[in-house]
Amino acid sequence: MARATTNRKKLVVTLIAWTVGIVIFFPILWTVLTSFKTEAEAVATPPTFLAFHWTLENYTEVQQRSDYFLHFWNSVVISVGSTLIGLMVAVPAAWSMAFIPGKRTRDVLMWMLSTKMLPPVGVLIPIYLLFRDTGLLDSRIGLVIVLTLINLPIIVWMLFTYFREIPGEILEASRMDGAGLRDEILFVLLPMAVPGIASTLLLNIILAWNEAFWTLNLSASQSAPLTAFIASYSSPEGLFYAKLSAASTMAVAPILILGWFSQKQLVRGLTFGAVK
Amino acid sequence: MATAHSRAAARLTMSPAVILLLGWMLIPLVMTLYFSFLRYNLLMPGTEEFIGTLNYQYFLTDPAFFAALGNTLALVGGVLVLTIAGGIGLALLLDQPFWGRGIVRLLVIAPFFVMPTVSALVWKNMLMNPVNGLFAAIAKGLGLQPFDFLAEAPLSSIILIVTWQWLPFATLILLTALQSLDSERLEAAEMDGAGALDRFIHIILPHLARAMTVVTLIQTIFLLSVFAEILVTTNGGPGTATTNITYLVYAQSLLQFDVGGGSAGGIVAVVLANIVAVFLMRMIGRNLDI
Repeated sequence: MARATTNRKKLVVTLIAWTVGIVIFFPILWTVLTSFKTEAEAVATPPTFLAFHWTLENYTEVQQRSDYFLHFWNSVVISVGSTLIGLMVAVPAAWSMAFIPGKRTRDVLMWMLSTKMLPPVGVLIPIYLLFRDTGLLDSRIGLVIVLTLINLPIIVWMLFTYFREIPGEILEASRMDGAGLRDEILFVLLPMAVPGIASTLLLNIILAWNEAFWTLNLSASQSAPLTAFIASYSSPEGLFYAKLSAASTMAVAPILILGWFSQKQLVRGLTFGAVK
Repeated sequence: MATAHSRAAARLTMSPAVILLLGWMLIPLVMTLYFSFLRYNLLMPGTEEFIGTLNYQYFLTDPAFFAALGNTLALVGGVLVLTIAGGIGLALLLDQPFWGRGIVRLLVIAPFFVMPTVSALVWKNMLMNPVNGLFAAIAKGLGLQPFDFLAEAPLSSIILIVTWQWLPFATLILLTALQSLDSERLEAAEMDGAGALDRFIHIILPHLARAMTVVTLIQTIFLLSVFAEILVTTNGGPGTATTNITYLVYAQSLLQFDVGGGSAGGIVAVVLANIVAVFLMRMIGRNLDI
Protein backbone atom coordinates (compact mmCIF):
# COMPACT_ATOMS: atom_id res chain seq x y z
CA MET A 1 0.00 0.00 0.00
CA ALA A 2 2.71 2.43 1.04
CA ARG A 3 4.66 1.34 -2.01
CA ALA A 4 1.71 2.11 -4.28
CA THR A 5 1.36 5.66 -2.95
CA THR A 6 5.12 6.28 -3.33
CA ASN A 7 4.91 5.07 -6.89
CA ARG A 8 1.87 7.24 -7.58
CA LYS A 9 3.71 10.24 -6.13
CA LYS A 10 6.73 9.42 -8.23
CA LEU A 11 4.56 9.25 -11.32
CA VAL A 12 3.04 12.67 -10.61
CA VAL A 13 6.46 14.21 -9.99
CA THR A 14 7.75 12.59 -13.17
CA LEU A 15 4.92 14.12 -15.19
CA ILE A 16 5.38 17.59 -13.71
CA ALA A 17 9.16 17.53 -14.01
CA TRP A 18 9.13 16.37 -17.63
CA THR A 19 6.53 19.00 -18.55
CA VAL A 20 8.61 21.76 -16.96
CA GLY A 21 11.79 20.44 -18.53
CA ILE A 22 10.28 20.33 -21.99
CA VAL A 23 8.79 23.82 -21.65
CA ILE A 24 12.19 25.24 -20.69
CA PHE A 25 13.94 23.33 -23.46
CA PHE A 26 11.23 24.11 -26.00
CA PRO A 27 12.80 27.20 -27.69
CA ILE A 28 15.87 25.09 -28.48
CA LEU A 29 13.82 22.13 -29.67
CA TRP A 30 11.68 24.41 -31.83
CA THR A 31 14.79 25.96 -33.38
CA VAL A 32 16.24 22.56 -34.23
CA LEU A 33 12.93 21.40 -35.76
CA THR A 34 12.50 24.61 -37.75
CA SER A 35 15.98 24.24 -39.19
CA PHE A 36 14.77 21.15 -41.08
CA LYS A 37 11.70 22.86 -42.56
CA THR A 38 11.33 24.79 -45.77
CA GLU A 39 10.99 28.58 -45.34
CA ALA A 40 7.29 28.40 -46.22
CA GLU A 41 6.63 25.67 -43.69
CA ALA A 42 8.61 27.50 -41.00
CA VAL A 43 5.94 30.22 -40.89
CA ALA A 44 2.90 28.04 -41.67
CA THR A 45 -0.27 28.56 -39.64
CA PRO A 46 -1.06 26.42 -37.79
CA PRO A 47 2.59 25.53 -37.13
CA THR A 48 3.62 22.00 -38.01
CA PHE A 49 5.36 20.07 -35.29
CA LEU A 50 6.83 16.88 -36.72
CA ALA A 51 4.71 16.16 -39.79
CA PHE A 52 6.52 18.34 -42.28
CA HIS A 53 8.74 17.73 -45.24
CA TRP A 54 12.20 17.33 -43.67
CA THR A 55 14.98 19.01 -45.63
CA LEU A 56 18.66 19.82 -45.21
CA GLU A 57 18.67 22.67 -47.72
CA ASN A 58 18.87 25.38 -45.03
CA TYR A 59 22.19 24.06 -43.85
CA THR A 60 23.74 24.15 -47.29
CA GLU A 61 22.19 27.54 -47.98
CA VAL A 62 23.60 29.11 -44.82
CA GLN A 63 27.06 28.03 -45.91
CA GLN A 64 26.55 29.30 -49.44
CA ARG A 65 25.11 32.70 -48.54
CA SER A 66 27.78 33.52 -46.05
CA ASP A 67 30.94 31.67 -45.27
CA TYR A 68 29.63 29.85 -42.22
CA PHE A 69 32.74 27.77 -41.68
CA LEU A 70 34.91 30.87 -41.53
CA HIS A 71 32.86 32.13 -38.59
CA PHE A 72 32.80 28.72 -36.98
CA TRP A 73 36.57 28.54 -37.28
CA ASN A 74 36.86 32.07 -35.83
CA SER A 75 34.85 30.93 -32.81
CA VAL A 76 37.10 27.90 -32.36
CA VAL A 77 40.33 29.91 -32.67
CA ILE A 78 39.14 32.68 -30.37
CA SER A 79 37.68 30.50 -27.61
CA VAL A 80 40.37 27.81 -27.61
CA GLY A 81 43.20 30.27 -28.18
CA SER A 82 42.20 32.63 -25.40
CA THR A 83 41.67 29.69 -23.04
CA LEU A 84 45.09 28.13 -23.71
CA ILE A 85 46.94 31.42 -23.32
CA GLY A 86 44.95 32.14 -20.17
CA LEU A 87 45.92 28.77 -18.75
CA MET A 88 49.59 29.35 -19.49
CA VAL A 89 49.51 32.56 -17.49
CA ALA A 90 47.18 31.31 -14.77
CA VAL A 91 48.64 27.90 -13.91
CA PRO A 92 51.88 29.28 -12.41
CA ALA A 93 49.99 32.04 -10.59
CA ALA A 94 47.37 29.71 -9.12
CA TRP A 95 50.09 27.21 -8.24
CA SER A 96 51.99 29.65 -6.06
CA MET A 97 48.81 31.04 -4.50
CA ALA A 98 47.70 27.57 -3.48
CA PHE A 99 51.04 26.21 -2.26
CA ILE A 100 53.05 29.21 -1.11
CA PRO A 101 50.32 31.47 0.23
CA GLY A 102 51.73 34.75 1.49
CA LYS A 103 50.13 37.49 3.52
CA ARG A 104 48.72 39.13 0.45
CA THR A 105 47.53 36.08 -1.48
CA ARG A 106 43.97 36.62 -0.38
CA ASP A 107 44.09 40.29 -1.36
CA VAL A 108 45.51 39.46 -4.77
CA LEU A 109 42.77 36.90 -5.36
CA MET A 110 40.04 39.30 -4.33
CA TRP A 111 41.55 42.03 -6.45
CA MET A 112 41.60 39.73 -9.48
CA LEU A 113 37.95 38.96 -8.93
CA SER A 114 37.19 42.66 -8.66
CA THR A 115 38.57 43.27 -12.17
CA LYS A 116 35.76 41.04 -13.37
CA MET A 117 33.33 43.60 -12.00
CA LEU A 118 34.69 46.36 -14.15
CA PRO A 119 31.83 46.94 -16.60
CA PRO A 120 33.08 46.42 -20.16
CA VAL A 121 31.59 49.72 -21.37
CA GLY A 122 33.96 51.50 -18.99
CA VAL A 123 36.87 50.47 -21.17
CA LEU A 124 35.12 49.99 -24.52
CA ILE A 125 36.22 53.27 -26.08
CA PRO A 126 39.97 53.12 -25.38
CA ILE A 127 40.13 49.47 -26.43
CA TYR A 128 38.21 50.26 -29.59
CA LEU A 129 40.50 53.19 -30.44
CA LEU A 130 43.69 51.30 -29.53
CA PHE A 131 42.58 48.40 -31.70
CA ARG A 132 41.67 50.72 -34.56
CA ASP A 133 45.07 52.40 -34.45
CA THR A 134 47.05 49.16 -34.19
CA GLY A 135 45.09 47.26 -36.82
CA LEU A 136 43.71 44.80 -34.27
CA LEU A 137 40.11 45.76 -35.01
CA ASP A 138 38.33 42.89 -36.73
CA SER A 139 41.26 40.53 -36.18
CA ARG A 140 41.23 37.17 -34.44
CA ILE A 141 44.41 38.07 -32.53
CA GLY A 142 42.69 41.12 -31.05
CA LEU A 143 39.72 39.09 -29.86
CA VAL A 144 41.99 36.39 -28.43
CA ILE A 145 43.83 39.07 -26.42
CA VAL A 146 40.64 40.63 -25.05
CA LEU A 147 38.96 37.33 -24.17
CA THR A 148 42.12 36.06 -22.49
CA LEU A 149 42.14 39.13 -20.28
CA ILE A 150 38.47 39.16 -19.38
CA ASN A 151 38.46 35.47 -18.44
CA LEU A 152 41.84 35.38 -16.72
CA PRO A 153 40.42 36.07 -13.23
CA ILE A 154 37.98 33.18 -13.58
CA ILE A 155 40.73 30.85 -14.76
CA VAL A 156 43.02 31.78 -11.87
CA TRP A 157 40.21 31.36 -9.34
CA MET A 158 39.05 28.03 -10.68
CA LEU A 159 42.55 26.61 -10.80
CA PHE A 160 43.21 27.96 -7.31
CA THR A 161 40.18 26.17 -5.86
CA TYR A 162 41.32 22.91 -7.48
CA PHE A 163 45.00 23.24 -6.56
CA ARG A 164 44.11 24.02 -2.96
CA GLU A 165 42.76 20.51 -2.61
CA ILE A 166 46.01 18.85 -3.64
CA PRO A 167 47.84 17.79 -0.45
CA GLY A 168 50.95 19.92 0.07
CA GLU A 169 52.89 17.07 1.70
CA ILE A 170 53.36 15.38 -1.64
CA LEU A 171 55.13 18.45 -2.95
CA GLU A 172 57.33 18.60 0.11
CA ALA A 173 58.24 14.95 -0.30
CA SER A 174 59.27 15.54 -3.90
CA ARG A 175 61.28 18.56 -2.81
CA MET A 176 63.09 16.41 -0.26
CA ASP A 177 63.96 14.06 -3.07
CA GLY A 178 65.70 16.94 -4.75
CA ALA A 179 63.13 17.90 -7.36
CA GLY A 180 63.60 21.42 -8.67
CA LEU A 181 60.81 23.91 -9.22
CA ARG A 182 60.46 22.91 -12.85
CA ASP A 183 60.38 19.18 -12.08
CA GLU A 184 57.95 19.82 -9.26
CA ILE A 185 55.48 21.50 -11.58
CA LEU A 186 55.96 19.17 -14.55
CA PHE A 187 56.06 15.76 -12.89
CA VAL A 188 54.29 16.13 -9.56
CA LEU A 189 51.79 18.94 -9.71
CA LEU A 190 50.55 18.72 -13.26
CA PRO A 191 49.48 15.05 -13.25
CA MET A 192 47.46 15.65 -10.09
CA ALA A 193 46.09 18.90 -11.40
CA VAL A 194 44.98 17.59 -14.79
CA PRO A 195 41.30 17.08 -13.82
CA GLY A 196 41.08 20.63 -12.46
CA ILE A 197 42.84 22.07 -15.47
CA ALA A 198 40.56 20.13 -17.80
CA SER A 199 37.44 21.45 -16.06
CA THR A 200 38.77 24.98 -16.19
CA LEU A 201 39.57 24.57 -19.87
CA LEU A 202 36.08 23.30 -20.65
CA LEU A 203 34.21 25.98 -18.73
CA ASN A 204 36.35 28.74 -20.14
CA ILE A 205 35.88 27.60 -23.72
CA ILE A 206 32.12 27.72 -23.13
CA LEU A 207 32.30 31.23 -21.66
CA ALA A 208 34.52 32.49 -24.47
CA TRP A 209 32.38 30.84 -27.17
CA ASN A 210 29.28 32.65 -25.93
CA GLU A 211 30.89 36.01 -25.11
CA ALA A 212 28.84 38.64 -26.89
CA PHE A 213 29.97 42.10 -25.89
CA TRP A 214 33.53 42.34 -27.13
CA THR A 215 33.00 40.01 -30.06
CA LEU A 216 30.10 42.15 -31.29
CA ASN A 217 31.93 45.44 -30.86
CA LEU A 218 35.40 44.53 -32.08
CA SER A 219 34.71 42.30 -35.05
CA ALA A 220 33.34 42.79 -38.55
CA SER A 221 33.22 40.46 -41.51
CA GLN A 222 36.70 38.94 -41.21
CA SER A 223 37.09 37.91 -37.60
CA ALA A 224 33.42 37.63 -36.61
CA PRO A 225 32.81 34.55 -34.47
CA LEU A 226 29.40 32.88 -34.45
CA THR A 227 27.95 35.30 -31.88
CA ALA A 228 28.49 38.21 -34.28
CA PHE A 229 27.61 36.18 -37.37
CA ILE A 230 24.22 35.25 -35.92
CA ALA A 231 23.59 38.89 -34.98
CA SER A 232 23.68 39.72 -38.70
CA TYR A 233 20.33 37.94 -38.93
CA SER A 234 18.70 40.68 -36.86
CA SER A 235 18.09 42.72 -40.02
CA PRO A 236 16.67 40.05 -42.30
CA GLU A 237 15.29 40.17 -45.80
CA GLY A 238 12.36 38.00 -46.81
CA LEU A 239 11.68 34.64 -45.26
CA PHE A 240 14.57 33.59 -43.09
CA TYR A 241 13.27 31.60 -40.08
CA ALA A 242 14.50 28.24 -41.35
CA LYS A 243 17.91 29.61 -42.26
CA LEU A 244 18.19 31.45 -38.95
CA SER A 245 17.33 28.17 -37.22
CA ALA A 246 19.92 26.21 -39.15
CA ALA A 247 22.63 28.77 -38.41
CA SER A 248 21.60 28.88 -34.74
CA THR A 249 21.54 25.11 -34.40
CA MET A 250 25.04 24.81 -35.79
CA ALA A 251 26.27 27.63 -33.55
CA VAL A 252 24.79 26.20 -30.36
CA ALA A 253 25.09 22.42 -30.79
CA PRO A 254 28.83 21.94 -30.18
CA ILE A 255 28.92 24.07 -27.06
CA LEU A 256 25.65 22.68 -25.69
CA ILE A 257 27.12 19.19 -25.83
CA LEU A 258 30.34 20.37 -24.14
CA GLY A 259 28.22 22.15 -21.55
CA TRP A 260 26.20 19.06 -20.74
CA PHE A 261 29.43 17.25 -19.96
CA SER A 262 30.66 20.00 -17.69
CA GLN A 263 27.62 20.76 -15.55
CA LYS A 264 29.38 19.91 -12.27
CA GLN A 265 32.40 22.07 -13.03
CA LEU A 266 30.09 24.86 -14.09
CA VAL A 267 28.71 25.31 -10.59
CA ARG A 268 32.10 25.27 -8.98
CA GLY A 269 33.77 27.45 -11.58
CA LEU A 270 31.15 30.14 -11.79
CA THR A 271 30.73 30.45 -8.04
CA PHE A 272 34.51 30.72 -7.59
CA GLY A 273 34.47 27.62 -5.43
CA ALA A 274 31.82 28.94 -3.04
CA VAL A 275 29.29 26.24 -3.99
CA LYS A 276 30.49 22.74 -4.81
CA MET B 1 58.04 26.01 5.11
CA ALA B 2 57.77 29.02 2.86
CA THR B 3 61.40 30.00 2.45
CA ALA B 4 62.66 33.25 1.02
CA HIS B 5 63.51 31.29 -2.08
CA SER B 6 60.00 29.95 -2.57
CA ARG B 7 58.53 33.39 -1.84
CA ALA B 8 60.57 34.84 -4.65
CA ALA B 9 59.44 32.01 -6.90
CA ALA B 10 55.84 32.68 -5.91
CA ARG B 11 56.16 36.33 -6.75
CA LEU B 12 57.74 35.48 -10.07
CA THR B 13 55.02 33.01 -11.06
CA MET B 14 52.23 35.38 -10.09
CA SER B 15 53.64 38.42 -11.83
CA PRO B 16 52.50 37.72 -15.43
CA ALA B 17 48.88 37.34 -14.37
CA VAL B 18 49.02 40.34 -12.06
CA ILE B 19 50.77 42.58 -14.58
CA LEU B 20 48.39 41.64 -17.38
CA LEU B 21 45.30 42.28 -15.29
CA LEU B 22 46.72 45.48 -13.87
CA GLY B 23 47.43 46.70 -17.39
CA TRP B 24 44.01 45.64 -18.62
CA MET B 25 42.36 47.47 -15.78
CA LEU B 26 44.43 50.61 -15.48
CA ILE B 27 45.48 51.66 -18.98
CA PRO B 28 42.03 51.75 -20.61
CA LEU B 29 40.39 53.08 -17.49
CA VAL B 30 42.81 56.00 -17.26
CA MET B 31 42.23 56.66 -20.96
CA THR B 32 38.46 56.62 -20.48
CA LEU B 33 38.83 59.02 -17.59
CA TYR B 34 40.99 61.32 -19.71
CA PHE B 35 38.60 61.23 -22.70
CA SER B 36 35.68 61.99 -20.42
CA PHE B 37 37.06 65.50 -19.85
CA LEU B 38 37.52 66.21 -23.55
CA ARG B 39 35.29 67.36 -26.35
CA TYR B 40 36.13 64.46 -28.62
CA ASN B 41 34.02 63.36 -31.56
CA LEU B 42 35.30 60.80 -34.05
CA LEU B 43 33.52 62.62 -36.87
CA MET B 44 35.41 65.84 -36.13
CA PRO B 45 39.03 64.79 -35.69
CA GLY B 46 41.46 67.47 -34.57
CA THR B 47 38.92 69.46 -32.58
CA GLU B 48 39.63 67.81 -29.24
CA GLU B 49 39.82 70.23 -26.35
CA PHE B 50 39.58 70.13 -22.59
CA ILE B 51 36.07 70.98 -21.42
CA GLY B 52 36.16 70.05 -17.75
CA THR B 53 33.13 68.25 -16.41
CA LEU B 54 30.80 69.32 -19.20
CA ASN B 55 30.45 65.75 -20.54
CA TYR B 56 29.36 64.58 -17.11
CA GLN B 57 26.87 67.43 -16.78
CA TYR B 58 25.32 66.52 -20.13
CA PHE B 59 25.31 62.80 -19.43
CA LEU B 60 23.89 62.99 -15.93
CA THR B 61 21.16 65.48 -16.83
CA ASP B 62 20.13 63.63 -19.99
CA PRO B 63 16.65 62.13 -19.54
CA ALA B 64 18.01 59.08 -21.36
CA PHE B 65 20.38 58.50 -18.45
CA PHE B 66 17.55 58.29 -15.93
CA ALA B 67 15.59 56.04 -18.25
CA ALA B 68 18.66 53.83 -18.67
CA LEU B 69 19.32 53.76 -14.93
CA GLY B 70 15.72 52.74 -14.26
CA ASN B 71 15.82 50.11 -17.01
CA THR B 72 19.09 48.70 -15.70
CA LEU B 73 17.65 48.37 -12.21
CA ALA B 74 14.42 46.83 -13.53
CA LEU B 75 16.32 44.38 -15.69
CA VAL B 76 18.75 43.29 -12.96
CA GLY B 77 16.07 43.22 -10.24
CA GLY B 78 13.44 41.54 -12.38
CA VAL B 79 15.72 38.80 -13.62
CA LEU B 80 17.14 38.21 -10.11
CA VAL B 81 13.71 37.79 -8.54
CA LEU B 82 12.43 35.54 -11.31
CA THR B 83 15.52 33.34 -11.51
CA ILE B 84 15.88 32.89 -7.76
CA ALA B 85 12.19 32.18 -7.16
CA GLY B 86 12.04 29.93 -10.22
CA GLY B 87 15.36 28.37 -9.35
CA ILE B 88 14.23 27.40 -5.86
CA GLY B 89 11.04 25.89 -7.26
CA LEU B 90 12.93 23.95 -9.92
CA ALA B 91 15.62 22.81 -7.49
CA LEU B 92 12.96 21.45 -5.12
CA LEU B 93 11.28 19.68 -8.02
CA LEU B 94 14.46 18.19 -9.47
CA ASP B 95 15.56 17.04 -6.03
CA GLN B 96 12.56 14.66 -5.84
CA PRO B 97 12.96 11.10 -7.04
CA PHE B 98 11.38 10.61 -10.47
CA TRP B 99 11.98 8.73 -13.69
CA GLY B 100 14.47 10.33 -16.08
CA ARG B 101 15.99 12.80 -13.62
CA GLY B 102 19.27 12.98 -15.50
CA ILE B 103 17.58 13.82 -18.79
CA VAL B 104 15.25 16.45 -17.31
CA ARG B 105 18.27 18.04 -15.66
CA LEU B 106 19.99 18.29 -19.04
CA LEU B 107 16.87 19.86 -20.57
CA VAL B 108 16.63 22.44 -17.79
CA ILE B 109 20.25 23.59 -17.90
CA ALA B 110 20.43 23.73 -21.71
CA PRO B 111 19.46 27.43 -22.17
CA PHE B 112 22.57 28.52 -20.27
CA PHE B 113 24.77 27.30 -23.11
CA VAL B 114 22.90 29.13 -25.85
CA MET B 115 24.80 32.21 -26.97
CA PRO B 116 22.99 35.49 -26.20
CA THR B 117 22.55 36.52 -29.82
CA VAL B 118 20.94 33.18 -30.71
CA SER B 119 18.53 33.14 -27.79
CA ALA B 120 17.52 36.75 -28.40
CA LEU B 121 16.89 36.18 -32.11
CA VAL B 122 15.03 32.92 -31.57
CA TRP B 123 12.74 34.50 -29.00
CA LYS B 124 12.25 37.67 -31.02
CA ASN B 125 11.43 36.01 -34.34
CA MET B 126 10.23 32.50 -33.84
CA LEU B 127 8.35 32.87 -30.57
CA MET B 128 7.39 36.52 -29.99
CA ASN B 129 6.86 37.78 -33.53
CA PRO B 130 3.22 39.01 -33.73
CA VAL B 131 2.69 37.68 -37.27
CA ASN B 132 4.76 34.53 -37.69
CA GLY B 133 5.74 33.70 -34.13
CA LEU B 134 4.63 30.61 -32.29
CA PHE B 135 2.96 32.58 -29.47
CA ALA B 136 0.89 34.44 -32.08
CA ALA B 137 -0.14 31.12 -33.63
CA ILE B 138 -1.19 29.82 -30.22
CA ALA B 139 -3.14 33.02 -29.51
CA LYS B 140 -4.90 32.77 -32.87
CA GLY B 141 -5.66 29.11 -32.20
CA LEU B 142 -7.35 30.12 -28.96
CA GLY B 143 -9.26 32.88 -30.72
CA LEU B 144 -7.24 35.68 -29.10
CA GLN B 145 -5.54 38.71 -30.59
CA PRO B 146 -1.78 38.10 -31.02
CA PHE B 147 0.31 40.22 -28.67
CA ASP B 148 3.24 42.20 -30.03
CA PHE B 149 5.64 41.49 -27.16
CA LEU B 150 8.64 43.62 -28.12
CA ALA B 151 6.50 46.62 -29.12
CA GLU B 152 3.90 46.55 -26.33
CA ALA B 153 6.03 45.33 -23.41
CA PRO B 154 9.62 45.62 -24.62
CA LEU B 155 11.42 45.66 -21.28
CA SER B 156 9.36 42.81 -19.84
CA SER B 157 10.04 40.79 -22.96
CA ILE B 158 13.78 41.29 -22.60
CA ILE B 159 13.52 40.40 -18.91
CA LEU B 160 11.76 37.20 -19.97
CA ILE B 161 14.48 36.31 -22.50
CA VAL B 162 17.31 37.00 -20.04
CA THR B 163 15.48 35.08 -17.31
CA TRP B 164 15.27 32.08 -19.62
CA GLN B 165 19.03 32.28 -20.09
CA TRP B 166 19.89 32.57 -16.39
CA LEU B 167 17.27 30.32 -14.80
CA PRO B 168 19.44 27.22 -15.43
CA PHE B 169 22.38 28.78 -13.62
CA ALA B 170 20.30 29.64 -10.54
CA THR B 171 18.65 26.22 -10.61
CA LEU B 172 21.91 24.33 -10.91
CA ILE B 173 23.54 26.16 -8.01
CA LEU B 174 20.50 25.99 -5.75
CA LEU B 175 20.10 22.30 -6.58
CA THR B 176 23.74 21.63 -5.73
CA ALA B 177 23.26 23.41 -2.41
CA LEU B 178 19.98 21.60 -1.74
CA GLN B 179 21.59 18.22 -2.27
CA SER B 180 24.08 18.93 0.49
CA LEU B 181 21.22 19.32 2.98
CA ASP B 182 21.19 16.60 5.60
CA SER B 183 17.98 14.63 4.99
CA GLU B 184 17.93 13.48 8.62
CA ARG B 185 17.24 17.01 9.71
CA LEU B 186 14.20 17.15 7.48
CA GLU B 187 12.99 13.76 8.69
CA ALA B 188 13.47 14.74 12.31
CA ALA B 189 11.48 17.91 11.75
CA GLU B 190 8.76 15.90 10.06
CA MET B 191 8.61 13.54 13.07
CA ASP B 192 8.20 16.56 15.32
CA GLY B 193 5.14 17.47 13.30
CA ALA B 194 6.57 20.31 11.18
CA GLY B 195 4.51 20.76 8.01
CA ALA B 196 5.98 21.09 4.54
CA LEU B 197 5.81 24.90 4.69
CA ASP B 198 7.48 25.00 8.11
CA ARG B 199 10.25 22.75 6.91
CA PHE B 200 10.73 24.96 3.84
CA ILE B 201 10.89 28.21 5.80
CA HIS B 202 12.90 27.04 8.79
CA ILE B 203 15.25 24.46 7.33
CA ILE B 204 15.49 24.63 3.55
CA LEU B 205 15.56 28.41 3.03
CA PRO B 206 18.27 29.08 5.64
CA HIS B 207 20.31 26.27 4.16
CA LEU B 208 20.02 27.86 0.70
CA ALA B 209 20.90 31.36 1.94
CA ARG B 210 24.53 31.15 0.95
CA ALA B 211 23.80 29.75 -2.49
CA MET B 212 21.18 32.48 -2.98
CA THR B 213 23.73 35.19 -2.14
CA VAL B 214 26.21 33.69 -4.56
CA VAL B 215 23.60 33.53 -7.32
CA THR B 216 22.54 37.12 -6.67
CA LEU B 217 26.05 38.44 -6.69
CA ILE B 218 27.34 36.60 -9.72
CA GLN B 219 24.25 37.20 -11.80
CA THR B 220 24.41 40.89 -10.92
CA ILE B 221 27.88 41.17 -12.48
CA PHE B 222 26.63 39.73 -15.74
CA LEU B 223 23.20 41.36 -15.72
CA LEU B 224 24.61 44.86 -15.28
CA SER B 225 26.23 44.49 -18.69
CA VAL B 226 23.47 42.81 -20.69
CA PHE B 227 24.09 43.99 -24.23
CA ALA B 228 23.62 41.50 -27.07
CA GLU B 229 20.02 40.73 -26.12
CA ILE B 230 19.13 44.41 -26.43
CA LEU B 231 21.19 45.02 -29.57
CA VAL B 232 19.52 42.30 -31.64
CA THR B 233 15.96 42.65 -30.36
CA THR B 234 15.06 46.31 -29.86
CA ASN B 235 18.21 48.41 -30.34
CA GLY B 236 17.34 50.03 -27.04
CA GLY B 237 13.90 51.17 -28.21
CA PRO B 238 11.17 52.00 -28.72
CA GLY B 239 12.58 55.38 -27.66
CA THR B 240 14.68 54.53 -24.65
CA ALA B 241 12.30 51.88 -23.32
CA THR B 242 14.93 49.12 -23.29
CA THR B 243 18.15 51.13 -23.14
CA ASN B 244 20.29 50.14 -20.19
CA ILE B 245 23.46 51.93 -19.11
CA THR B 246 25.68 49.59 -21.13
CA TYR B 247 23.64 50.13 -24.28
CA LEU B 248 23.45 53.89 -23.72
CA VAL B 249 27.23 54.22 -23.53
CA TYR B 250 27.63 52.00 -26.59
CA ALA B 251 25.13 54.10 -28.57
CA GLN B 252 26.72 57.37 -27.56
CA SER B 253 30.26 56.34 -28.37
CA LEU B 254 30.05 53.94 -31.30
CA LEU B 255 26.81 55.07 -32.96
CA GLN B 256 27.05 58.82 -32.37
CA PHE B 257 30.85 58.81 -32.26
CA ASP B 258 30.81 61.05 -29.17
CA VAL B 259 33.88 59.65 -27.46
CA GLY B 260 33.89 62.31 -24.74
CA GLY B 261 30.25 61.83 -23.77
CA GLY B 262 30.49 58.07 -24.03
CA SER B 263 33.56 58.04 -21.82
CA ALA B 264 31.79 60.07 -19.16
CA GLY B 265 29.00 57.49 -19.34
CA GLY B 266 31.54 54.70 -19.07
CA ILE B 267 33.00 56.21 -15.91
CA VAL B 268 29.51 56.59 -14.45
CA ALA B 269 28.89 52.90 -15.22
CA VAL B 270 32.14 51.98 -13.47
CA VAL B 271 31.16 53.98 -10.38
CA LEU B 272 27.71 52.36 -10.27
CA ALA B 273 29.21 48.89 -10.69
CA ASN B 274 31.67 49.63 -7.91
CA ILE B 275 28.87 50.40 -5.49
CA VAL B 276 27.49 46.94 -6.24
CA ALA B 277 30.96 45.40 -6.19
CA VAL B 278 31.70 46.58 -2.66
CA PHE B 279 28.77 44.53 -1.36
CA LEU B 280 29.75 41.69 -3.63
CA MET B 281 33.36 41.41 -2.51
CA ARG B 282 32.42 41.59 1.15
CA MET B 283 29.87 38.84 0.74
CA ILE B 284 32.16 36.53 -1.23
CA GLY B 285 35.08 37.24 1.10
CA ARG B 286 32.96 36.27 4.09
CA ASN B 287 31.68 33.11 2.43
CA LEU B 288 35.04 31.86 1.24
CA ASP B 289 37.52 30.78 3.82
CA ILE B 290 40.91 31.20 2.29
